[in-house]
Amino acid sequence: MTVAVRPTPALAAAPVAAEPCLTVRGLTKRYGGLVAVKDIDLDLRPGEILGLIGPNGSGKSTVMKLIMGLERPSAGSIRLDGTEIGGMPAHRVARSGIGLVFQHARPLQRQTVLENISLALLPDSLIRLAADPHVARRAKEIAERVGLGAVVDRRPGTLPFADLRRLELAKAIARDPRVVLVDEPFAGLTGGEVSAFSELIQGFRDEGKAVLLVDHNVKSVAAIVDRVFAMYLGERIAEGSAESVMADPTVRRVYLGGSIETAARPEAAFKPDSLLTVENVDVLYGKAQALRSAAIHVHEGEFVSVVGLNGAGKTTLFNAISGLVPHTGTIRFDGQDLSRMKPAAIARAGIVQVPETRELFGDLSVRENLDLGGQHFPKAESAKQRDWLYELFPILKAREGQTARTLSGGEQQMLTIARALMMRPRLLILDEPTLGLAPVILELLSKALEKLRQTTPITVLLGEQNVTFALPHADRVYVLEQARIVWEGPPQRFASEMGSAYL
Amino acid sequence: MKLLTTPGFWIAILAVLAAATLPWWVSGYILGLLTIAYYFGVFSMAWDLLFGFAGEVNFGPTFLIGLGAYGAGILNNRYELPIPYCLAVGTVLAVVGGLALALPALKVRGPYFGLITLVAVLLLQNMIVVFSGLTGGEIGLTVPDVISIDADTNYWLALGFMAVSGLILTAIARSPAGLILQAAGQDPVVTGALGFNVAKHKLAAFAISAAFSGLAGGLVVFYMGTASVGTLINTSVGVQVIIAAVLGGRRTIVGAALGAVFLIAAGELLRPLGGLSTFVVSAVALLVILFVPSGLLGLASLRSAR
Repeated sequence: MTVAVRPTPALAAAPVAAEPCLTVRGLTKRYGGLVAVKDIDLDLRPGEILGLIGPNGSGKSTVMKLIMGLERPSAGSIRLDGTEIGGMPAHRVARSGIGLVFQHARPLQRQTVLENISLALLPDSLIRLAADPHVARRAKEIAERVGLGAVVDRRPGTLPFADLRRLELAKAIARDPRVVLVDEPFAGLTGGEVSAFSELIQGFRDEGKAVLLVDHNVKSVAAIVDRVFAMYLGERIAEGSAESVMADPTVRRVYLGGSIETAARPEAAFKPDSLLTVENVDVLYGKAQALRSAAIHVHEGEFVSVVGLNGAGKTTLFNAISGLVPHTGTIRFDGQDLSRMKPAAIARAGIVQVPETRELFGDLSVRENLDLGGQHFPKAESAKQRDWLYELFPILKAREGQTARTLSGGEQQMLTIARALMMRPRLLILDEPTLGLAPVILELLSKALEKLRQTTPITVLLGEQNVTFALPHADRVYVLEQARIVWEGPPQRFASEMGSAYL
Repeated sequence: MKLLTTPGFWIAILAVLAAATLPWWVSGYILGLLTIAYYFGVFSMAWDLLFGFAGEVNFGPTFLIGLGAYGAGILNNRYELPIPYCLAVGTVLAVVGGLALALPALKVRGPYFGLITLVAVLLLQNMIVVFSGLTGGEIGLTVPDVISIDADTNYWLALGFMAVSGLILTAIARSPAGLILQAAGQDPVVTGALGFNVAKHKLAAFAISAAFSGLAGGLVVFYMGTASVGTLINTSVGVQVIIAAVLGGRRTIVGAALGAVFLIAAGELLRPLGGLSTFVVSAVALLVILFVPSGLLGLASLRSAR
């Protein structure tokens, strides 16, 4: 699967004709050999909300960090009202008028909400031993505006998740920036909270500030943006109104895949008893509900995909199954209740998870990594399994003596999967195997999975946000959205019933 | 100022006043112990500014202390300059050392920075042994001048120094600049994005911490009349400083002073146990760190906040 990047005619969708206050030209960021952001041109006008969207690894967050000065650009310019700010450290970028609303707030725990807001109002001075009296008054006004008026004297630790997000918003307002960058504005919020946040963000626009919302898909920001800028693999793939970007063929291909060929086996073809049953499982991370009464089941030999955007709860679901996070509800595997079992016991029972972070032993060779996976078996058996895996992933055979650290991203992913298969799992859980991989590698990985599915009776549970990768192999698909399972069905019905949510 | 209205401030004043009366009713031996304990208290408070507020785990507080102590001591020993000049030079030397230590702290984080601070101590220790002609090497350095030979004077000076240091450090920690420092320690990225120069605030914290450590180190030399690696620089001394701060209560400044006095007093009270006393004190410290991570004072302030 390759994506042709064609120049899209620039659509003058923004009603404001004002001069852009933020102009980005030729912005490029390289990490070693990886080009995360490639030659991006972007304009942002006062009183405009621009949605910067793209799937995981598209480079949208990097663009945001480059603008804020959290990363240094490799090339290109970022100008704020004509002044070059590219490459400046974050505190100087902030002082020149750009603010960032962080997604993950880490407020001062021993200070009150009011003091946390006051912090953002302080001058950057070493010798100020007492704050100006207006600071407290202004902090109070800001708290009222974002809806924290009733909790100003509480400590952040006692606040619900949405209020912590409000606190971050309050800090951004306090700096009174001309350009506001918001990272995943609605992640983890409920419906009512989303509309309250939308109003606050629209408030920025009404004040004449320029707003950049960074998110995964158009749908989540479509209601409030004036314009959308879509990225994929570091490049711009579309720009224009939310509708036009959603209708754009390149965007559709990136998010939904072209014509996906599915090869689902009907559910009735499997044994009626489920191998894995997850019922009514809830997971809380502090204040944030990461999983809400999730229920899935997987039959022996079945290939099930769990599709969901970043932060939807896929990893949480898998971690609950593997016993890595505390949860309520029941999880049964082959008749056993897993809730009370330790992660190691669950792994021995036959559930092996391949985490998205890979967790290879970087200094060990490919072969040593594999042998570690097979150490529970007698030598001969382990060798047999290894030979079979070399057949499945021929590239690993060629790289046998190399240390894992020196492999490319795709090769590392294959090694991770192979190492998991060395343990002869009854259920293999793959968490976002495509994360950060180039399309060519995806194809190789896809072929290996297909071969695995056809030649072995293995049961696979795959978590993906890349629909093009998740659907072709799947017998059945679940959709996770904001911590809930919202859809279940065969892959061929996905595009028509759920497709629009993935734009 | 807000500080004047907190009950803790007045309790601290009363405690200092009460401590000031001790020379009239305790023995010179105990006064001597407390004198050392008060200087240790300053070491710990200065360390808490870095750990509790700037978020930097400095495993080598004795690097800064040693620079101040030996800087002042050598100057007095070699050139017989008056004590105030020696102290000033020692303090400046410690600040320079503190800034040198801050540079890697801005580059690397967590355990790596901790390792660098440990290595700094070992380096200083080696330098002192290698340049024994100047430093007295392993035998130690003697200074011709002492502050006073009167135990009461020495005691009051140490108490006053600790009280003033505590007041200044607390004022800094609770000021707006201290708030920015705490934010920088907790989340440098977010703090930078709010427009604060994180490097500047951390460098300042290192300089202030070093100044108090170095000055206190110099004062100890002129109190004892000697400086040696074993009493001022050894990593075990540094560990004592750290334990005192954690025991008393992280991010409280004053708690660190309490912890230091407690450690030295406990060591003395348990002296009849012989070799076991160190073990018991260490075990108590370990238990507090395990079960009351916010320290003795942290526990008290949590209670009152509820």
